[in-house]
Amino acid sequence: MNNALATVKPAPRAIASLVRRPFGDEAFEWLTFLAALAVFVLILLIGYELAQGSLLTLRKFGWRFLTSSDWDPVNEQFGALPFMFGTLVSSVIALVIAVPLSIATAVFLTELAPRWLQQTLSLFIELLAAVPSVILGLWGIFVMVPWLADHVFPKLKQSLGFLPIFQGPIYGVSMLAGGIIIAIMILPIITSVSREILRSVPGLQREAAYALGATRWEVTRIAVLSYAKKGICGAVILGLGRALGETMAVTMVIGNRPEIAKSLFAPGYTLASVVANEFTEATTDTYLSALFEIGLVLLGVTVVVNALAQLLLKAMEGPLATRQH
Amino acid sequence: MNRALSLIVGAVLTLSSASRSSAQMLINGAGATFPYPIYSKWFDEYARVDPSVRFNYQSIGSGGGQKQILAQTVDFGASDGPMTDANLAKAPGKILHIPTVAGAVVITYNLPGNLKLTLDGPTVADIFLGKITRWDDKRIAALNPQMILPNSDLVVVHRSDGSGTSYIFTDYLCSVSKEWESQVGRNTSVKWPSGLGAKGNEGVAGQVKQLHGTVGYVELAYAHQNDLPYANMKNAAGHPIEASLDSVTEAMATAKIPDDFRFSMVNAPGGKAYPIAGATWLLVYEHQKDPAKGKKLVEFLNWALTTGEGMAPALDYVPLPDDLKRRVIDRIKTITY
Repeated sequence: MNNALATVKPAPRAIASLVRRPFGDEAFEWLTFLAALAVFVLILLIGYELAQGSLLTLRKFGWRFLTSSDWDPVNEQFGALPFMFGTLVSSVIALVIAVPLSIATAVFLTELAPRWLQQTLSLFIELLAAVPSVILGLWGIFVMVPWLADHVFPKLKQSLGFLPIFQGPIYGVSMLAGGIIIAIMILPIITSVSREILRSVPGLQREAAYALGATRWEVTRIAVLSYAKKGICGAVILGLGRALGETMAVTMVIGNRPEIAKSLFAPGYTLASVVANEFTEATTDTYLSALFEIGLVLLGVTVVVNALAQLLLKAMEGPLATRQH
Repeated sequence: MNRALSLIVGAVLTLSSASRSSAQMLINGAGATFPYPIYSKWFDEYARVDPSVRFNYQSIGSGGGQKQILAQTVDFGASDGPMTDANLAKAPGKILHIPTVAGAVVITYNLPGNLKLTLDGPTVADIFLGKITRWDDKRIAALNPQMILPNSDLVVVHRSDGSGTSYIFTDYLCSVSKEWESQVGRNTSVKWPSGLGAKGNEGVAGQVKQLHGTVGYVELAYAHQNDLPYANMKNAAGHPIEASLDSVTEAMATAKIPDDFRFSMVNAPGGKAYPIAGATWLLVYEHQKDPAKGKKLVEFLNWALTTGEGMAPALDYVPLPDDLKRRVIDRIKTITY
């Protein structure tokens, strides 16, 4: 999406006015421009429809919708705060787990692994991406959560229990379990994209580093990773986008309690989950409207987080670009 | 998932039936998920009774069913809870509630040993309100004097998705606890005062099976098919009753049922009535705009309430008692087309 938006910007007319170009070129340019524009229009339309659907609660609750923790369908009091919290926290947990793992896997695949292993491993990573969300969720309920509750969480509590995020009773289903399942789901996409980016690092870059007497690690760090830094950040942003919207599997393991808890062992709730859970049986207009507004908030959160990530990228790029020149 | 599947199946059926005979009439319905197994059985069987009509039912949820019948995008709707007066007022015509089958909700739990607990309404309400937090609480002990209850924490598990099961359960809690009624209320999803939310009957059952000391609620049919333990409930007459087809039939037979059939059958007065039960409804317009379709729909409703009801017990649904069945059939006669 972000790349598509970027391609919209450079206006082709400045050149076009100087040189008369063949009709085919012009048509192709417009065709691709329209394709790129379609993405933009689609997002706008989604936002418009969501806003339209949530007019009732937008008027009724105003900004309070974002700051209230109340979610009471019976008395029609609605607030999105615990869901926003849940979405952000579970996504952060997922990134903390998935990013180092994915990048390490991608580095291994492109720089270190023998060819046969490269192909087998890549196949498995792509297979992981193909596992449907519901299947992962069921596996989460019946295999992962009990294992976490019996083996992992007690150990975490024992060793890191002095931190407030690892305190309180252990139920198994929890914010942490939700984050872990998202991590599993975004691993393949971050790994695959990072791998392609590392592969596109020119061999010359590596050879130059070797020529300077760098070790294998130094080559990877200086020549490959720093060259591919921006691309890898793009891969992480793609993963983040997926993490924010991940629904089914998360719903099945996160515990679905709209509460802002300090502990990661406590159950949480996400924006996407509440829509998936409650949309089918919502009968009153206000209730439906509140669920639409949750969708709108999710879109908003996604846009803001993505924009922040882009800004971060720009900030990182700045000093790097000047050094390279 | 279910919905997607039913959409695909529906689409395929529509296509295949359209190509097979263009003369075949298609009647569309949408709504409740709880009765989906029995409805699809009915439509399947009915295709043999009357090959000239085909039913296409999409189990998109009661909310969707009510919305679509109001918008007249389907020929009939289905809902696990009766429509509110406010929603009925939005309808362009008079909507009839046709009760079809009933189901029970049972309290399931995870305790060491093969215990058959007995509970009563106020105790269950206080458990779900988060006021009883331990299994050896003296109120649970008083109801189960012969048992040695574990000295452990009690963890509540409830449905996270909106569902008719939750509606029946919270409707029951409202009828036995003033505090529940004023603090929480009844709905397909509510603001749960405590506990963990799990998706679907299978989610609640899975969570209860895995975690010691949990207590949750599931449909009787689900508990039955999966051999879950469930509690006997003290009914309005004060007798501990096990949930079964008979005790739910008794509940429906003794519940007070108004002429528009928008009834609640929780805490029914019958001596052998199981207290946590509810019906599910088909929603049809009293005046059918399309005479041909209306005729076929009425024929089907009559068939469903006579022959169709007989198929209910095999699928763990409770058929209507004879007296109510007669009343409903009389009401169906008033549908005009």
